[in-house]
Amino acid sequence: MVQGIQDFFGNHLLSAITFAPLVGALWLYLVPAGRHDSVYRGMAILWSLLTLGLSILALFAFQSESAALQLVESVDWLPQLGVKYGMAVDGVSLILVLLTTCLMPLVMIASVSVHDKLRGYLAHMLHHESAMIGTLCATDALVFYIFWELMLFPMYFLIGIWGGQRRIYATVKFVLYTVAGSVLLLAGLLYVVYQHADQTGQVTFAIADLIATKFSLNEELWLFAACAIAFGIKVPLFPFHTWLPDAHVEAPTGGSVVLAGVLLKMGLYGFYRIGFPLFPNGAMVFAPYLALLAVIGIIYGALVAWAQGDIKKLVAYSSVSHLGYCVLGFVALNTISVSGSIYQMLNHGVSTGALFLLVGVLYDRRHTRAISEYGGLASKVPVFAFLFLVFTLSSIALPLTNGFVGEFLILNGSFQVFPVLTSVAVLGVILGAVYMLTLYMKTCFGELDEKKNGDLEDVKAHELMTLIPLLVAVFVMGIYPKPIMKLYEPTLKTYISQIEERRATSIANSESAPKTVALSETKVVKGNKS
Amino acid sequence: MISVESSLAYIILLPLLGSAAAFVIGRNNKNWAGWIATLAAASSFGIVLNLFSRLSKGGTFEFNLFNWFSAGSFSVDFMLRFDALTAVMCLVITGVGSLIHLYSIAYMAEDEGKHRFFSYLNLFLFSMLVLVLGGNLLVLFIGWEGVGLCSYLLIGFWFKNLAYAAAGRKAFVVNRIGDAGFLLAIFLVFQQFGTIDFVELAKLIGAISDFQSYIPVFTLIGICLFIGAAGKSAQIPLYVWLPDAMAGPTPVSALIHAATMVTAGVYMMARANFIFEHAPYAMAVVIIISVLTAFVAGTTAIAQNDIKKVLAYSTVSQLGFMFMAAGSGAYWVAIFHVVTHAFFKACLFLGAGSVIHGCHHEQDMRHMGGLSKLMPITFVTYLLSTLAIAGIAPFSGYWSKHAILAALGENANPFLTGSIEIAVTLASITAVVTAFYMTRSLAMTFLGEYRGHAHPHESPVLMTAPLVILAALACVAGYYGGDLSHYLEGVVPVHHHFHKESIGAALAHSWTAILGVVVALVLYTKLSEIPGRIYKALSPIGKLLSNKYYLDEIFGALIVRPLESLARMLWIKVDQGIVDGTVNGTAAVVDVSGEVVRSFQTGQIRTYMVMMFIGMVVLMSLYLAL
Repeated sequence: MVQGIQDFFGNHLLSAITFAPLVGALWLYLVPAGRHDSVYRGMAILWSLLTLGLSILALFAFQSESAALQLVESVDWLPQLGVKYGMAVDGVSLILVLLTTCLMPLVMIASVSVHDKLRGYLAHMLHHESAMIGTLCATDALVFYIFWELMLFPMYFLIGIWGGQRRIYATVKFVLYTVAGSVLLLAGLLYVVYQHADQTGQVTFAIADLIATKFSLNEELWLFAACAIAFGIKVPLFPFHTWLPDAHVEAPTGGSVVLAGVLLKMGLYGFYRIGFPLFPNGAMVFAPYLALLAVIGIIYGALVAWAQGDIKKLVAYSSVSHLGYCVLGFVALNTISVSGSIYQMLNHGVSTGALFLLVGVLYDRRHTRAISEYGGLASKVPVFAFLFLVFTLSSIALPLTNGFVGEFLILNGSFQVFPVLTSVAVLGVILGAVYMLTLYMKTCFGELDEKKNGDLEDVKAHELMTLIPLLVAVFVMGIYPKPIMKLYEPTLKTYISQIEERRATSIANSESAPKTVALSETKVVKGNKS
Repeated sequence: MISVESSLAYIILLPLLGSAAAFVIGRNNKNWAGWIATLAAASSFGIVLNLFSRLSKGGTFEFNLFNWFSAGSFSVDFMLRFDALTAVMCLVITGVGSLIHLYSIAYMAEDEGKHRFFSYLNLFLFSMLVLVLGGNLLVLFIGWEGVGLCSYLLIGFWFKNLAYAAAGRKAFVVNRIGDAGFLLAIFLVFQQFGTIDFVELAKLIGAISDFQSYIPVFTLIGICLFIGAAGKSAQIPLYVWLPDAMAGPTPVSALIHAATMVTAGVYMMARANFIFEHAPYAMAVVIIISVLTAFVAGTTAIAQNDIKKVLAYSTVSQLGFMFMAAGSGAYWVAIFHVVTHAFFKACLFLGAGSVIHGCHHEQDMRHMGGLSKLMPITFVTYLLSTLAIAGIAPFSGYWSKHAILAALGENANPFLTGSIEIAVTLASITAVVTAFYMTRSLAMTFLGEYRGHAHPHESPVLMTAPLVILAALACVAGYYGGDLSHYLEGVVPVHHHFHKESIGAALAHSWTAILGVVVALVLYTKLSEIPGRIYKALSPIGKLLSNKYYLDEIFGALIVRPLESLARMLWIKVDQGIVDGTVNGTAAVVDVSGEVVRSFQTGQIRTYMVMMFIGMVVLMSLYLAL
């Protein structure tokens, strides 16, 4: 019996992590309605902790020195269509799974501020967790796509039911944007599957097999463009970003944390898992343009954040800026910058997640997010002010906080590939300090308005429970990043060299498009040098 | 047993621990905070002294705490290194730092938030020590940004006053502009040399054979580094934050904005001398900027009435002098002036603090006067330091400033041939101006009759003792110039050693400074109505000076406000207008087209048949036409 359980978890650990939250969600629905909120909340916290525990088991089972996909599961699902239920993780997906499972218990605790239909809220959160983990673990294109779409529904409900006043507008916009991207993604994937079947006579959706499909450069350009739009919307990359501020502002606190913490990273993960490996030559051609959009996003997001009068909107636009760094680092595609990009995804989850929690602390008490409603909070709620300061510093990437390691590696690595664009991106370092410190000054410094904020309560115990772990993470990840980076470094090295290798061979094989060949070659030489 | 090397870690860890302890313990026992922090600073000073005594000439202690992070070919260690240059800086930071901590115990005695104050002060020491101990560019950068943070926190220490908080933000943001330059320099260095460790860099660069082809690279790196230095060390055009930084408590101005942090840029140039040595164009930029800064800030100081503002502009001006030396390749002279300046300027600021404390928070010199009788110790120390900064022999400022002017005169920068005389002249004028405005502040504060309404009193011994020690150091430090140049040889290139003069010759050489002092004394004690008349007669110049050359206004009009409007424009016009408008427009098009198409679907077969017929005709004619 014990052996049986061990075997099951040994062989299906990723499935267990993926579906544990979903089981929890179903169970929540089976529990009779009308119980006290804390019962539901306790259950949801337990399920998310269980998932966290399972993911830590996966961390122990994972061999970090290997770059291979591990904890592999593969079961025939729709054999006549060549669809397999395939799950596995490499260093990058594992670290993002851990980010998800670490954030979820905090989100569940933060649901104290939800009073209406709590059971459904928690169930949707758990459902969402399953979808996110599934997306990260899927090795089969169709399974990936299904989980990708499944992420949409719970967020739709979370914003649409538990959101603010303009929640319907925000959800419709969010869904339309995302669906538009998804349709392109599906079309692209199907095209790849058909091509692959044409070339090999074998129908399969397994990403590892699809990678071998051969395309003309023209095909790759179109296919990569489809992917880039689908994933760029999710990131969000300028100019596809306008759904984000609306979604963030209307989402409940927990929704914002998940949205910023994990969901946005799915766009980059899509580039990582699908876009770049499947269409390396298309990616090569588009990379400078993506880098340009990323840098525009960095500067543009920072400037627009500066102009905001609503705290949550400011943080939302700061996400546009921060994710710009991530994209820049990723498309520069050298080990330094991509390493920084992955690290920055985690950092952004920690610091922006925490900032949204802090906005929630204020909103729960005063029911307003207008910056002008606050001021002088440091003298009334010192613990809040201290935490806000630390996460502000993390957000503006002060050395020894987590933000610095990611931002520095991204910029340093990208500078070797795109020196001019990166020099412009460095201006974002200045602008980041401008908008964040202005926000901090206007909320925490100055004279306290006794009438408005005289009764403000400082951070409560359950709020501290969500914020302290993130506070610790800020410093641990800033002072000693090695253990985390070690987890995904071998994966990245292999990943990058494989893409470059395949690019080189496809260049050698192709006789057409000599112009692109020359361009690609110079890039490869440069990449090796750095 | 603690090894010599590992004690490097304790130099920085003690203030870090002190910072935490001062906050945690000091929250409930307010009076403990100051003593805890002072103890931490003094212990750190003790370790530095110990290491200093053990350091052989040209030797280095190094201690690698751990590998901080690595990715691909990039790897950075948390490396601490203690050589002669670091030793000098550490002595100043922890020595002067300890005295200022001690002083602050009395100065901040009444303040409610003193646990915060001492916590930040210790955190500052930690950052500053990391800055000078950092064995590579990135560990230096930790300290570099860390001191910026502490400066931000301490300038805005009295955060209820929004103007003070805004001054803190301004300091941080302007520093960040410099930091962006610094970051670019790091990227360039790594791109070119594959390492950012100082020792390895020095080796690699020493092995280069064809410097000619590297000149553009070195120039670019040098200029980027100097942008960083200009931010931190308040050079044109980035000095605008420093005068505002006087919003912080006065001991902060003494420690951070006079003695230590603002000299970080000078230290960094000395540390990266192997880059600047090969970047003559960058060095020329340094000279031009530093001479202009010294002159502009020095003349601005004449027209200030706030005692701290005088000292602030004086600091900017003196930093200019330091960069003149560094830009001439006389790094040890720059460090020499860093040291003497740390003594006399810290003493002046603390003296000003003593006056402000004694006059019940009065900072306007027009409401002071005659304090020499009421605050004799403060007066004497302020006087000695004034003579030192004025550059009158035998006080320390004479020796360092004289060495600077000599180094500037011998500058053989190919980009400055012919114009170096102008630089020397401007610098010499600035030296006289220094003597003038400092004597003016001395006279307005301590001489004549008391013009205020408070009851000034001498400060307690905790405050006067540091003043006396610093004043004594300000008097004698100049004699050690020769030792310093020999001590630093090997870490920085020394082209000319200290030129020692007899007292008589030195006094004769300081006649211009003495002239400045005498003129100011006469004008501000005997003929006190004259300055007002001069001011009126030269009113455009006077206005220009008292409005600080309108630099803040120019920045506001040229950069800040346009950026603000751009931000708002981007949000309202672009984000909500164009981008969102396109999205919502697409939705609207779908909506409208749906309506239009629906109107065709009448459900009547007749209509459909007519449409089919029309469609066939159109298709047929198209087919025939093509």
